[in-house]
Amino acid sequence: MKLTLQVWRQRNADDAGRMARYRIDGVRPDMSFLEMMDLLNEQLNQRGEDPVAFDSDCREGVCGTCSMVINGRPHGPSRGTATCQLYMRHFSDGARITIEPWRAKAFPVIRDLVVDRSAFDRIMQAGGYVTVHSGPKPDPNALPVEPEVAELALDAATCIGCGACVAACPNGAAMLYTAAKVSHLGLLPQGQPERYQRVQSMVAQMETEGFGACRNYAECEAACPKKISISFISRMNRDFLRATLAEPVNPRGTMDSQ
Amino acid sequence: MKAVVAVTGVILFGFVLLHMLGNLKALTGKDAQGVPHIDTYGRFLRTMGEPLLPHGFALWSVRIVLLVALVLHVGMVMRLETQNRAARPIRYHHRLVLVESTVAARTMLVTGMLLLVFIVIHVLQFTTGTIQVTPIEPEQVYTNLYNAFTVWFIALFYVIAMGLLGLHLYHGVWSLFQTLGIDNPDRNRGLRLTAVMTAVILFLGFCSVPLLFVMGTMPEPPGQTAALATPPEESP
Repeated sequence: MKLTLQVWRQRNADDAGRMARYRIDGVRPDMSFLEMMDLLNEQLNQRGEDPVAFDSDCREGVCGTCSMVINGRPHGPSRGTATCQLYMRHFSDGARITIEPWRAKAFPVIRDLVVDRSAFDRIMQAGGYVTVHSGPKPDPNALPVEPEVAELALDAATCIGCGACVAACPNGAAMLYTAAKVSHLGLLPQGQPERYQRVQSMVAQMETEGFGACRNYAECEAACPKKISISFISRMNRDFLRATLAEPVNPRGTMDSQ
Repeated sequence: MKAVVAVTGVILFGFVLLHMLGNLKALTGKDAQGVPHIDTYGRFLRTMGEPLLPHGFALWSVRIVLLVALVLHVGMVMRLETQNRAARPIRYHHRLVLVESTVAARTMLVTGMLLLVFIVIHVLQFTTGTIQVTPIEPEQVYTNLYNAFTVWFIALFYVIAMGLLGLHLYHGVWSLFQTLGIDNPDRNRGLRLTAVMTAVILFLGFCSVPLLFVMGTMPEPPGQTAALATPPEESP
């Protein structure tokens, strides 16, 4: 296969960046998208040019490191897969492919296609601790969890934190990521003690990081390599409103009525 | 902030629903004394709760609530929109391919702004009578409607505006349940259906009035010749 690639090149965070065009030959349909990028970099190396920097790690769709917007769609055209699980057979011979990094204020570009996603880590950190049993090993099933609830919590926990939801959102919102992280602990009995405090601090951190606001487009769900549902966003909104409206700021405060 | 948009949206939606039901009074004819039902209804709105409340109190309370709701609704959307624009300072070279969102969802801002313009024109035309395209006389609701909507371009303008309202509500009515955390997989179909039904019913309900007038199927207002003979009062 012969392809024409339009790739975002940016030397560092301060560089303005530009789109560069490369022609690439010898691409096989059974190559993954990242293997195609490796091939491009080999050819660039041979010509003495700088290879294109991009993130990748496990290359089997579980780590959430790869992050490319391919022809205007995060992780490319196929649903429920990360960039590493996208194969070149999805493209026709002679195709033009545009490859860009995630675009969001909270995800600054470090180099070429690599962005800094530590904003996500800070949202997670804002969640704080979870009071779990430590010490001797607890009895198995000492804490009963309904199977449906466990499955639902695992659906939320499948989030690999890749950031495709932010990249796909016309508003650059991180609602699906935060909702998945809030829900997975909020659903389980182990997560109950800090449930309402956690949703408030994680949403507050999400807003501090400069992500946009949700307009319920559901584009995030379509781009998510783990197909996480926007029903978790509704769940997070429910918890957040309950935490904000129903609980007093200081529950131990006195009434001072007289 | 989004919760404020959703709650004020509910208030405005409730008003729009009552407004449509009130409008349909224009189609129900007149009572034994020959007074159109909608004129009686219009008087009721002013005198509602009268022995207890002063004249027009209920009407003005509702107007103030609506105005506050509208200002908050628009104000919060403007703040959120600023935030959204700041969230992606560098745009994509290749336009984002949108696969899941509806046309109604993508055009919320456009339909919202056009509706705001419509509301201003509508209030100036029928409530304050500042824009007198056709004569507007106080307390003569049916006559005013008849005069306005038998003009084809006024009827067309209102039908188009109601199309925008339908689009805005098609996304808005579902979206508010999602924002307020009331939506879940069990209710989603029902809530989606609610949004479609409200959009369609409101569009048809509102449009029936100007359409029936412009098609000439509505009877002339009582004392039509007399009303036309006396020139409309000039508003200062």
